[in-house]
Amino acid sequence: MKILVITEQRQGKWNNTSFETLVAAQQIAADTGSTISALVIGKGVANFAEELAGKNIAEVLLVEHDLLEAYTPDGYSVALSQVIASAKPDLVLFPHTYQVRDFAPKLAAVMGKGMIADCVGFHKEGDKIVFVRQMFQGKTAADVTFQGAAPWFTSFQSGAFRADLLKVHPSGKSPINKIAVELKPEQIRTKPLELFKEAKSSVDLTQAPIIVSIGRGIKAPENIPQAEALAKAIGGEMAASRPICDEGWLPMERQIGSSGQTVAPKLYLALGISGAIQHVVGMKGARTIVAINKDQNAPIFEIADYGIVGDIFEIMPALTAALEKAKT
Amino acid sequence: MKIIVCIKQVPAKDAPLSITGNWIKESDIGFEMNEPDSYALEEALRLKEKHGGEVLAISMGPERVKQTIKEALAKGADRGIHISDDQFAQLDPLSSARMLAEALRKENADLILTGLQSDDHGFGQTGVLVASLLDLPHATIIMQIEVQEKKMRLKRELEAGWFQHIECPLPAVLSIQSGINKVRYATLKGIMAAKKKEIASINRESLGVKSEATQKIEKIYVPTKTKKTEFLTGTPAEMATKLVEKLRFDARVI
Ligand SMILES: Cc1cc2nc3c(=O)[nH]c(=O)nc-3n(C[C@H](O)[C@H](O)[C@H](O)COP(=O)(O)OP(=O)(O)OC[C@H]3O[C@@H](n4cnc5c(N)ncnc54)[C@H](O)[C@@H]3O)c2cc1C
Ligand SMILES: Nc1ncnc2c1ncn2[C@@H]1O[C@H](COP(=O)(O)O)[C@@H](O)[C@H]1O
Repeated sequence: MKILVITEQRQGKWNNTSFETLVAAQQIAADTGSTISALVIGKGVANFAEELAGKNIAEVLLVEHDLLEAYTPDGYSVALSQVIASAKPDLVLFPHTYQVRDFAPKLAAVMGKGMIADCVGFHKEGDKIVFVRQMFQGKTAADVTFQGAAPWFTSFQSGAFRADLLKVHPSGKSPINKIAVELKPEQIRTKPLELFKEAKSSVDLTQAPIIVSIGRGIKAPENIPQAEALAKAIGGEMAASRPICDEGWLPMERQIGSSGQTVAPKLYLALGISGAIQHVVGMKGARTIVAINKDQNAPIFEIADYGIVGDIFEIMPALTAALEKAKT
Repeated sequence: MKIIVCIKQVPAKDAPLSITGNWIKESDIGFEMNEPDSYALEEALRLKEKHGGEVLAISMGPERVKQTIKEALAKGADRGIHISDDQFAQLDPLSSARMLAEALRKENADLILTGLQSDDHGFGQTGVLVASLLDLPHATIIMQIEVQEKKMRLKRELEAGWFQHIECPLPAVLSIQSGINKVRYATLKGIMAAKKKEIASINRESLGVKSEATQKIEKIYVPTKTKKTEFLTGTPAEMATKLVEKLRFDARVI
């Protein structure tokens, strides 16, 4: 089998999920006796291709074009469908980034193919590769297989594979092959403008050793002071899942997750947070994770060191009291 | 402007899920509007208030999804379209998008809105696929829409607190991110008015879509735990005391 990995970089920086996906490719290749090509796409990105050439892959493909300098879903799908037509991979792997969500399903559909997106793993069953993805916000997993002929399109969730397991080239470098694509300005219908961050945040949660984080289980803004009292007693900063910030109950800058902050405190207390992957990617690096949730099957318990199955409105005050007591 | 919002009905957030076959047991759980879709609906209603026109709500699924269409009508959508399909849960994302796209094609909307992801299947693909099938431009994870003459200025969310502005011509398909606005509640007046609004019914066969599945769910199951969680038990006070001890003397983090 031939595997093609589409890597991602922006403004001179890798999106690190690219390397995790390369690790996934190396593992699939080892299990199935496949070869790997890794693709770099953009403009003025030859240095990225050079770096990839040092990894244990068969070749690097480099696609450069003036119209690919800034990402657009049209530009990427037109260019990549040409690459796929000429390179003829069986399996095309992507990191499941926001950019990939934006164009990869279209690329697959243009070729009349489907995509199994946001996978967390794979295994071989007979001569089939089974891809594992989450459903119901992580409450269940699903084994999914491709039907019909190749090419097949798959993306892997951030954190599903460990980038540090990436194998380097055993004997120097793999070749870099340039692929020319034809792309006209009128094929690109959207116009990308500036990238920006919202006003600089006044709290730096990445530096906080202890974080007390609330989710939708807090129910109403009137209940937040109970969590704040707990945060004060334990000496922690307040943070939240996305719905809390969407509601405006806590400012956006306190949101943890893929679209918010990524933190790795020594203690992360998750109160009434279900543990959806987009939240978990922002906090799973915490040294100790405590989850308090009334649902014993909540996915957050999959990554918790200590778990309490119970009502946060009973536990929060009890915990605040126990902390105060321990201080005396 | 004619705006169509794709709305999926999904199991209620706190519904206890039990697996049966390749889906969940539906008989004893509640259902609700997929959360990002309620933000998409709100955005459509606001655009209509500003620019005039009409808002349609379309949903594919079994009979029960009509309830969610009614909720959209009660909030202010003008018409509903129900693609009735008892088997929709087994459809792969491309086949599902083909059904929606076929029904949407006839409507010639100026703008089609979807949520960015469904809480049940969680494909995160439908909006992009619909755009591709209808050959319309698209943009995803949208946090702001400003309609100008024949085009829109949009704010896209990127990872880690980054955003990007883009321009997109109309007609187009946008996938809306949660938190783009504050959603309204249906008023009693709205609920009464909804009773007179039309819900057109289409069955899957009449769409004439021939679609072969590109992927298949072999099985669904409760995920295996990767980390060993130590569960604390007792009364709230006992659990609290135990946790403080664990954090102080075992984990040594406080
Ligand atoms: C592209 C994209 C980006 C996203 N980015 C982020 C992000 O950056 N950060 C983020 O957090 N989310 C993000 N999300 C949303 C994410 O998918 C989830 O929807 C969200 O994290 C859920 O938040 P929650 O756990 O607070 O709410 P829910 O999933 O509703 O969970 C609430 C939990 O509280 C429990 N509970 C309820 N009442 C009580 C009680 N009294 N006592 C104890 N427990 C109780 C329930 O059992 C449940 O587990 C993103 C989604 C997408 C698609
Ligand atoms: N059966 C459906 N009926 C109506 N809209 C749907 C349906 N399935 C998906 N959608 C829309 O597509 C979005 C993304 O869904 P998904 O691709 O399943 O994550 C949802 O938020 C809805 O707006």
